[in-house]
Amino acid sequence: MRYLTARKRAEGKGASGTGTEHHWYMTMSAVGLAFLVPVFLYILGSTIGAPLEEVIATFSRPFPAIITALVTVVGMRHFAKGAQMMIEDYAQGTARKAAIIAAYAIAYAVTAAVLYALAKMAFIGLILGAMGA
Amino acid sequence: MVQFTLPKNSTIRVGKTWPKPEGAKNVRKFQIYRWDPDTGENPRIDTYFLDMDRCGPMVLDALIKIKNEIDPTLTFRRSCREGICGSCAMNIDGINTLACIYGLDEIKGDVKIYPLPHMPVVKDLIPDLTHFYAQHASIMPWLETKTNRPAKEWRQSIEDRKKLDGLYECVMCASCSTSCPSYWWNGDKYLGPAALLHAYRWIIDSRDEATGERLDNLEDPFKLYRCHTIMNCAKTCPKGLNPAKAIAEIKKMMVSRVV
Repeated sequence: MRYLTARKRAEGKGASGTGTEHHWYMTMSAVGLAFLVPVFLYILGSTIGAPLEEVIATFSRPFPAIITALVTVVGMRHFAKGAQMMIEDYAQGTARKAAIIAAYAIAYAVTAAVLYALAKMAFIGLILGAMGA
Repeated sequence: MVQFTLPKNSTIRVGKTWPKPEGAKNVRKFQIYRWDPDTGENPRIDTYFLDMDRCGPMVLDALIKIKNEIDPTLTFRRSCREGICGSCAMNIDGINTLACIYGLDEIKGDVKIYPLPHMPVVKDLIPDLTHFYAQHASIMPWLETKTNRPAKEWRQSIEDRKKLDGLYECVMCASCSTSCPSYWWNGDKYLGPAALLHAYRWIIDSRDEATGERLDNLEDPFKLYRCHTIMNCAKTCPKGLNPAKAIAEIKKMMVSRVV
């Protein structure tokens, strides 16, 4: 029990001066993903059931590789910021901080893994192309 | 913070059932939340029966009749009886509204009345609105000017005055804020729809000269951006206002400052 006035409780530590950047990023990335995700799903769908060489050839081409990279980078950042908002809604204290760190760690790990896989497929695609030539 | 279960001392129990009025043909059942901090007992639901042929049309009429004729210990706030003071806000039939302007004919079946949700209860149907009022005060609900006071009055065009319509009518009944899940979970930091609607009312006022400071005071992930456009506020407002739209307008102004 702390003897604080109601006004002091309501004011808290004042405004942090942040929030608009987060709001604007979420709006912008949502619009961007609305265009990127259908294109990515079309590319991904076209490779389902295809032989490995064809999949590598597809993702080593510039357009599918860049779309995949964009979906991953923008999507994972959108996920992390969205998850942060959700965690802030429902958790407090140390649990809140730990969960936000975990969400960002997952997002960065997925981004790194996808970018590594794309780079690897592009490299293999280059070798296969050179061998074919 | 989110709580999915009530503490043991807040679990609601079955309360007293009062006798039906003798000789009445048009009887209606009322189930009302009761809690008295002085007894140390858990909250309970008391059941009352009213002769609707001898009762006014509004929920507040029924509550006053119960208090006057059946149980004088029933406690609730009321004043103007016509939707202007905002005192009699409570949860009726699952909706936060004003008892004085909510008709009994709008409710099907038994009438269930609880205090405004997720607020500390003072007694029976009276919530503790201390924090809610302090949040309202924190947004500086008054005209802030820097220019020397004019000789006669601060002038305002008809068009600028129209921008205040749909905002100034708020009676601070707290129905909107207490229907907002974001306010339930983070009411200590999130200002809530009512305070933000009032904040916008002063931000958009053409005579006010503290627009920048007002926006600065709202630039916060919790104070403003905890609104997720759930729209419960607009749905429940007994005055038909749209706090969610006011909050969206504040967000647009925030973005326009940086983009």
